[in-house]
Amino acid sequence: MEILKAVFLSPFAEMIGSPRFFAEVVVGGLLTGVMYSLVALGFVLIFKASGVFNFAQGAMVLFAALTLVGLMEHGAPVWLALILTLAVMTGLAWLIERLMLRPLVNQPDISLFMATLGLSYLLQGVGQLAWGSNVMVLDIGLPDQSFKVLGILINEQNLAAAVVAAVLVAVLAVFFQWTRVGRALRAVADDHQAAQSVGIPLNRIWLIVWSVAGMVALVAGVMWGAKSGVQFSLALIALKALPVLILGGFTSVPGAIVGGLIIGVGEKIAEVYWGPAAGGAIEDWFAYMLALVFLLFRPQGLFGERIIERV
Amino acid sequence: MLYRETGQFKSTYVQDQAIFPIRQDRWAVALIALVAFVAVPLLANEYWLQAVLIPFVIFSLAAIGLNLLTGYAGQLSLGTGAFMAVGAYATFKITTAFPGLDLAVIFILAGVAAAGVGLVFGLPSLRIKGFYLAVATLAAQFFLTWMFNRVPWFYNYNSSGTITAPPRRMLGILVSGAAAPAPVRYLAALSFLALLALAAKNLVRGRIGRNWMAVRDMDVAAEVIGIRTARTKLLAFAISSFYCGIAGAMMVFLWLGSAETLAFDIDVSFQVLFMVIIGGLGSILGSILGAAFITLVPILLTNLPRLAGLDIATDVSKNLEYVVFGGLIVFFLIAEPLGLARLWHTFKDKLRLWPFPY
Repeated sequence: MEILKAVFLSPFAEMIGSPRFFAEVVVGGLLTGVMYSLVALGFVLIFKASGVFNFAQGAMVLFAALTLVGLMEHGAPVWLALILTLAVMTGLAWLIERLMLRPLVNQPDISLFMATLGLSYLLQGVGQLAWGSNVMVLDIGLPDQSFKVLGILINEQNLAAAVVAAVLVAVLAVFFQWTRVGRALRAVADDHQAAQSVGIPLNRIWLIVWSVAGMVALVAGVMWGAKSGVQFSLALIALKALPVLILGGFTSVPGAIVGGLIIGVGEKIAEVYWGPAAGGAIEDWFAYMLALVFLLFRPQGLFGERIIERV
Repeated sequence: MLYRETGQFKSTYVQDQAIFPIRQDRWAVALIALVAFVAVPLLANEYWLQAVLIPFVIFSLAAIGLNLLTGYAGQLSLGTGAFMAVGAYATFKITTAFPGLDLAVIFILAGVAAAGVGLVFGLPSLRIKGFYLAVATLAAQFFLTWMFNRVPWFYNYNSSGTITAPPRRMLGILVSGAAAPAPVRYLAALSFLALLALAAKNLVRGRIGRNWMAVRDMDVAAEVIGIRTARTKLLAFAISSFYCGIAGAMMVFLWLGSAETLAFDIDVSFQVLFMVIIGGLGSILGSILGAAFITLVPILLTNLPRLAGLDIATDVSKNLEYVVFGGLIVFFLIAEPLGLARLWHTFKDKLRLWPFPY
């Protein structure tokens, strides 16, 4: 009886009892969701353009953040460090394309997936070998105060992350929709062979996609790093981005954003209202369960392309 | 010269269907069994058994389990660690409730429990496949480890939150607990591996295995030729989890002695997946080779610098291990995407003709 009450009754009573607190939880969840979206975005970009399920995205976030912090600790100003890190990520994309993707062309998807798992180990190791494995503080001058709007507490840093994410998505949308390279990217995403036969260089497209994913990883790394310090656990947020992908669909940029928001809000609400009844720390798996239940009804995700089976 | 099958005629169906149709293979297997069951326990010291051989045997079993699911039935799973945890916690609960029951029986029961859980978490495979399914199995991984961590009933309300292997007997011989000697624990684990590997080999040669492979290659086509895909997929999940569950039970009771959920976290799932991939998808022998490779490499990596006289700080060597490990996996996938099992077959084909070129 007690447990039933704790699950079905008191959470809702609490929500109605203090709507302001509820709104605060929702806003907090939305802002965390934006951060998940940022990571998920990197996955979607690569999956769309090359069909590779890039498990190393989390490691790339860590690697980018580590490089940035490392450069800044060596005295580089923020803007220089950012540019240098971007250059490093582009170089990395080039290396990945040359050494990993090209020899693995035409292999089954699972081989490519495994290769990115290996890559993820490799990047974590290299990043920490080069810059040390201590927790480092990333301070690029983002404000970190909270203020109130309509009586709801909002953290400025989270808000900045949301703004950055919005700008990033807008830029990517423009890039995909209206530029020559973007159109080539969409062509490759649709059909590798057809794209190649009309003269789109596959290798260069992959290089661009992985560079863009590296850039997104850098943005995500900056945001997460500023929030919780640059450390090994950054590589694990990739695991948090996976349910977001399921929810939004592997191939949809808006899906990554909406999925991230849903997961962020759902997780926060579950943790705050149902966490005590379940013994706490349900954040670890709640997103996965949400995604799993969702999949049973809509296997291709919210915005994913319909799966059509042909024999 | 040495490896010729000329003159070995098969005159009965039984001979034709033998697992090892070539006489030299049978000798080799007998020799390996002799070494593994007799020579190793007599000669190996405590360190070798505890650090290398027992984990190798246990992870071989887990890798066979995952290979049945991923390599044969084509369902990618990242929840191996969780299914192993189910086996371990089930063994712990059963053996503390019925202390007199033989540990071998309990292992089987724990495997059945894991199979049941695997069945439930295999249900999404009826609707989704590929990477979506892989992410869905991560739900099993996170939910189950959380549950074993948070619900005190599973570890009998003790204050440390760990499960500890009590002294228990298997067929009258003490195999678990602090007093059980390493060679005995090794032999117990090896016996389970040998029996279950044989069972797996026969399973995949028969109707069930063929159904799995048909579903793996194309499930719509499999359905068209009359295979019940739902049942086939769920069976793959159940049997795979059965193997993983027993491996998990052995991990706590025959190897570690005590464990908490951290011993079954997502890294374990990845490790077993690496074994399957490096060993070769869809090969029982490959699972064992892959397990040998993945358990040996980290040990080599930690010991090599010391042997070479280099003194490396632990965090550096840990990161170095990551780098070498990741690099090796990428290299392996490029050099031999079909895994160690494929290498072995190429070697055998060469050996058949040796010393002539053709």
